[in-house]
Amino acid sequence: MYKHAMWLLSVLALAVSPALAAEKVKIGFVTTLTTPAAVIGNDMKDAFDLAYEHIGGKMAGLDVEIIYEDDGFKPDIGKQKTDKLVKQDDVHFVTGYIWSHVLLASRKSALDAGKFLISANAGPSQLAGKLCHKNFFNISWQNDQTPMALGEVLNQRGVKSLYIMSPNYAAGKNMVAGVERTFKGAIKGKDMTKWGKDAQLDFSAELAKAKASGADAIFVFYPGKAGGAFVKQYMQAGLNKSMPLYSVYTVDALSLPKFQKAGMKGVLGSLMTQFWSPDMDTPQSKKFVSGFLKKYGRYPSFYAAQSYDAMFFIKSAVEGVNGNLGNMDGMRAAMEKVDFPSVRGKFSMGSNHFPIQNFYLREAAADSAGRWTTKIVSTVFKMHQDVYAKDCKF
Amino acid sequence: MDWALLVTQILNGLQLGILLFLLAAGLTLVFGIMDFVNLAHGSLYMMGAYFCATLTYALDSFLLAVALSVPLTFAVGIVVEVLVIRHLYRRDHLDHVLATFGLILVFNSSVHMIWGAAGNPIPLPEFLDGRVELLPGVVIPVYRLLIIATGLVTAGAMYYLVQHTRLGMRIRAGASNRDMVGALGVDIKTLFTLVFGLGAAMAGLAGMMIAPITEANIGMGDDILIVAFVVIIIGGIGSVRGAFIAALVVGLIDTMGRAFLDGVLKVFMTIQNAETAAPALSAMLIYILMAAILYFRPQGLFPPKNR
Repeated sequence: MYKHAMWLLSVLALAVSPALAAEKVKIGFVTTLTTPAAVIGNDMKDAFDLAYEHIGGKMAGLDVEIIYEDDGFKPDIGKQKTDKLVKQDDVHFVTGYIWSHVLLASRKSALDAGKFLISANAGPSQLAGKLCHKNFFNISWQNDQTPMALGEVLNQRGVKSLYIMSPNYAAGKNMVAGVERTFKGAIKGKDMTKWGKDAQLDFSAELAKAKASGADAIFVFYPGKAGGAFVKQYMQAGLNKSMPLYSVYTVDALSLPKFQKAGMKGVLGSLMTQFWSPDMDTPQSKKFVSGFLKKYGRYPSFYAAQSYDAMFFIKSAVEGVNGNLGNMDGMRAAMEKVDFPSVRGKFSMGSNHFPIQNFYLREAAADSAGRWTTKIVSTVFKMHQDVYAKDCKF
Repeated sequence: MDWALLVTQILNGLQLGILLFLLAAGLTLVFGIMDFVNLAHGSLYMMGAYFCATLTYALDSFLLAVALSVPLTFAVGIVVEVLVIRHLYRRDHLDHVLATFGLILVFNSSVHMIWGAAGNPIPLPEFLDGRVELLPGVVIPVYRLLIIATGLVTAGAMYYLVQHTRLGMRIRAGASNRDMVGALGVDIKTLFTLVFGLGAAMAGLAGMMIAPITEANIGMGDDILIVAFVVIIIGGIGSVRGAFIAALVVGLIDTMGRAFLDGVLKVFMTIQNAETAAPALSAMLIYILMAAILYFRPQGLFPPKNR
């Protein structure tokens, strides 16, 4: 008799559980978890997991479920995984996305399915302008903004001529366009190098050209493994003595520990621009950085900071409608208000759903414990909006 | 044009060519002599780099690490040959490709598990980290010269081994007629194992040479393997001499394309178009060369004789 009752109960439980499952906030997170770029993906995942802990696994009283997917650093795989998330898993939000080309390929899958798509890193110009969408939000920056801030820094520091190097893909082109837009001096030369799975990592020919150009300074954008390779060769070629390095998304919390391990002191003091830095003095940033250091024993990168913000951003949407996940308009309105504690402090959303925020000049330096990290030097742009917003019509 | 820049770029091209040669030599031996398509050749290149990185930190000496990593990769090559490759010789090329593609996945995942996803930079000793001025205005990192020297010495040793030793004679005989050599009492099985190990050690050496420049990374060998195949097709499959010359040609063309193509295109194009076209075209140059060679001389520039 008892056994039968148990059996009945378990059948009942099974029958009820799908209804309970529907009361969950499901978040799909697409990032790169294989290939060397997994370093970035893992950092984002670690930050998202930490944010999950910090919100106690709940949003507006609902349980939160995160489904991670690996894009393998390829646009086609990223699109497939996005399809899977919106069709099979029926998630409410799709976020993550390191790479602009992966995001551009995945965009239609998520948006056509009527889901919110929130980029935690990639900010291609297309999505800020003509291809903008009411259900797409960016919680990082538009690609051009950070290099635009850097161009301004170059002007302020009296740099008269510049050599530019960048990988040849969507974000690389945006970065170059950004620095060219604000930098007033002469561009002595430019190299767009091969990118993707068989990316070019030996820059001997380009560095020789840069040296021969006689430019005052060199600007580069080399995210991931290419950044380490570039900085090493830049120093081996002895250019750090004659041609100071200004970079975006190249020297970060992912590469600095490696440089320190290899004793590459030449990288200290190199300058970059960014919307955030681990030493930022906001309550949320302090909570995030100390929590990350405690849990993982290393500094978080800006990729991690954006992912951490993405969780709280989504939480603000769900809480804005008191957990009524069917209310898309309500959630959208909540996200447009930007009513959540961000690691970067106060910012607002532009009409194209890209942040209007400050950009800072950062310098690679050692912290009080001797660990290599980045520190804010000055504020370059105050509440800066990207230039593509005017092309965006929902 | 600035001649100092030209000389520097030629040296850069030579250095890239030498690296390609180290990788392609093993590939061409295995493909040409054993008639075996080894896609996992790049994995051995990666293993060499990772061994060298770990040993450099453990022993605090890059040169010592290289000296130990070469026999280590040789050993890995032997193990792979005995466990997997040996059972595939009699099968067709499609089976080779499938099995060695599987090996790539195994190697990449193992490296991910053991060393993690992050790249491993290799610090160079002080005397290799500097630069020398070879000619007035031609300043080149010492380490890049070391790569060129290492490659030339290895090429010389290979030439001596294949052309002037008993082992080399057997390797050449094995390439011409495997069954006949076996019938004459030569242990062809052990010979092939040795050749495979030798190819692995050379691939590993190439990995060790590049890692201080680019870091040891997961999948680093898969990226460059395609170019190595281009080299052996241009050089003639099975020919070490062909691989040497083709590697230098490919290295020079690739480097020169990256160095000067945008300048050339700017002469008859708008600057903007040249900036878009140059990187795309320079990435294609070596494949265009390969296509031309395949059209005019399908057997490659220096096909091995008596085949």
